[in-house]
Amino acid sequence: MEPVLNLRMVSFKYKGEWVLKDIHLRTFEGEIVGVIGPNGSGKSTLLKVMDGVLKPQEGDILLKSRPIGSLARAEVAKEIAMVAQENYFRFAFSVLEVVLMGRFPHLRRLQFEGERDKDIALNALKATHALHLSNRSIHEISGGEKQRVLLARALAQEPGVVLLDEPTSFLDLKHKREVFRLISSLSTDRKLAVVLVSHDIDLIAQYCGRIVMMKDGIIAFQGPPEVVLTPESIEKIYDCPVFVDINPATGKPRVSLRG
Amino acid sequence: MAEMTRKEPLTLSRVIWVSAIFCLCLSGVASSALMIGTAEVSLSKMAALVTGTLPADDPVRLIVFKIRLPRILLAGLAGFSLSMGGVVFQALLRNPLADPFILGVSSGAAFGAILGIFLGFTFSLGIPSMAFAGALFTVYLILTIGAKRSGIESSSILLTGVIINAFFTALIMFFISFAADSRLHAMLYWLYGDLSQSRFGPLILLAPVLFFAFALLFAYAKDLNLLTAGEDTAFLLGVDVERAKRVCLLIVSLMIGLTVSFSGLIGFVGLIIPHIARMTFGADHRLLLPTASLGGAVFMIAADTLARTIISPSELPVGVITAFMGAPFFIYLLKSRGSQWSRS
Repeated sequence: MEPVLNLRMVSFKYKGEWVLKDIHLRTFEGEIVGVIGPNGSGKSTLLKVMDGVLKPQEGDILLKSRPIGSLARAEVAKEIAMVAQENYFRFAFSVLEVVLMGRFPHLRRLQFEGERDKDIALNALKATHALHLSNRSIHEISGGEKQRVLLARALAQEPGVVLLDEPTSFLDLKHKREVFRLISSLSTDRKLAVVLVSHDIDLIAQYCGRIVMMKDGIIAFQGPPEVVLTPESIEKIYDCPVFVDINPATGKPRVSLRG
Repeated sequence: MAEMTRKEPLTLSRVIWVSAIFCLCLSGVASSALMIGTAEVSLSKMAALVTGTLPADDPVRLIVFKIRLPRILLAGLAGFSLSMGGVVFQALLRNPLADPFILGVSSGAAFGAILGIFLGFTFSLGIPSMAFAGALFTVYLILTIGAKRSGIESSSILLTGVIINAFFTALIMFFISFAADSRLHAMLYWLYGDLSQSRFGPLILLAPVLFFAFALLFAYAKDLNLLTAGEDTAFLLGVDVERAKRVCLLIVSLMIGLTVSFSGLIGFVGLIIPHIARMTFGADHRLLLPTASLGGAVFMIAADTLARTIISPSELPVGVITAFMGAPFFIYLLKSRGSQWSRS
């Protein structure tokens, strides 16, 4: 199978220091890749390089076999959607208006959203269980609801790849589970390649087919959760003692702090 | 709120319909303003004027065509321009306190005008030219100091504006303190917005410039929508962020510079009209730009009509009226409807 997004020997530095070094990463349709690692290990930078916000000094990034740097911004936005960690809306757009923003790359400059765009937006809201919010103001909804609305906006772009930067960081246990289940079913139903950065190792282990473990700008380990989530690998990248067993409910690795 | 329950996406026909209603309103207010003033013009005289049966030497002809009409047109164009500028600056800077004067283009124009009055230039050509030169110089300053190599960043642009404002205010005070008493009145009136010197000539220049600016900004309305949600978000959704910012900033700065060169510094209208429009019609710039601009024109004509009649036969600078009426009305709206700004 051809990778949707293909990073080959990608390195990136901000000023003098390399933040990403020799990154090899391929994403495929219907697969969820979970990126974990300590703070400052380059996870968010990796996402920014993948969506084209930051341009790597070395290596290349292919979006469906075409170099991402050669594409117009709107062309990239039709293929890659990002749900960023921080989102704020200065002015009170309605939820439907926010989701319709996802149609921007598909519209010409003076073109208004038509019936088809509206259907796509409403379908996206339905898929993220947020249809009932569509007339509310983006200022009036809760953190969990907002996350679902932003996910709906990403779906409205009709992308092949969805990148998520800590989508569950401000959510409680129930809403964390909800977001992961949602991402999982969307990835399957819509054949999306998903890359998500998160600190919730157990949830990543449960829902991701592949885990990328980062430390100091390099990918230290990469593989299925059962293979890479070992006490040795986790201790190496987080520098703290852990205990790994199997979650009896899911059969997936479970990571606990050892004292 | 009625607008928030609208489930349909915005359509072009809705924009046209709402704009048409505003235009109707505008022509109603403008024609009423023609009849109101120190010398009352009766309906029968107006009818005679329109149908061409009024004698050529009737003073009403002079009052309506030579005095009131250019003034009303300038008021309308100034309100249109200042409100549109306010909408765009609030979006570009993502700052609800932004108004068209925030980047100091107006202070540059004001300094040019005050210098012009100081040197005894005329109101027909000399002073507006000086004012526009001041505005152009300021735009140049903002773009060279405020814009970095990495692009235009709103906080550095804002800071540059604050400093430019402070600097020109100092220069203006310097020249005011040296001015002869006979010129002081003209200076103060200019600084508060004075439409009494309006002639047809400048309007022929101003009107097409504003129309062109509106058309260009309207073409960037969707980009502005996304920019209010943050530059990163806009970029990720496909907006050419740097180009959009550059184009919009330049258009609005030049437009505001030209407007205040003829109208003086009419405050408040560019701050409150965009907010009122946003509270009424929502945050989409495709509807916001026409409603705020046309609403600003209506508001300004009404305010200027008050300014020239309230202490008749004397006149007030129109800026006094806009601030005096605008501030309490704005507080009322804020209290009763809640602002449409972010609460976080």
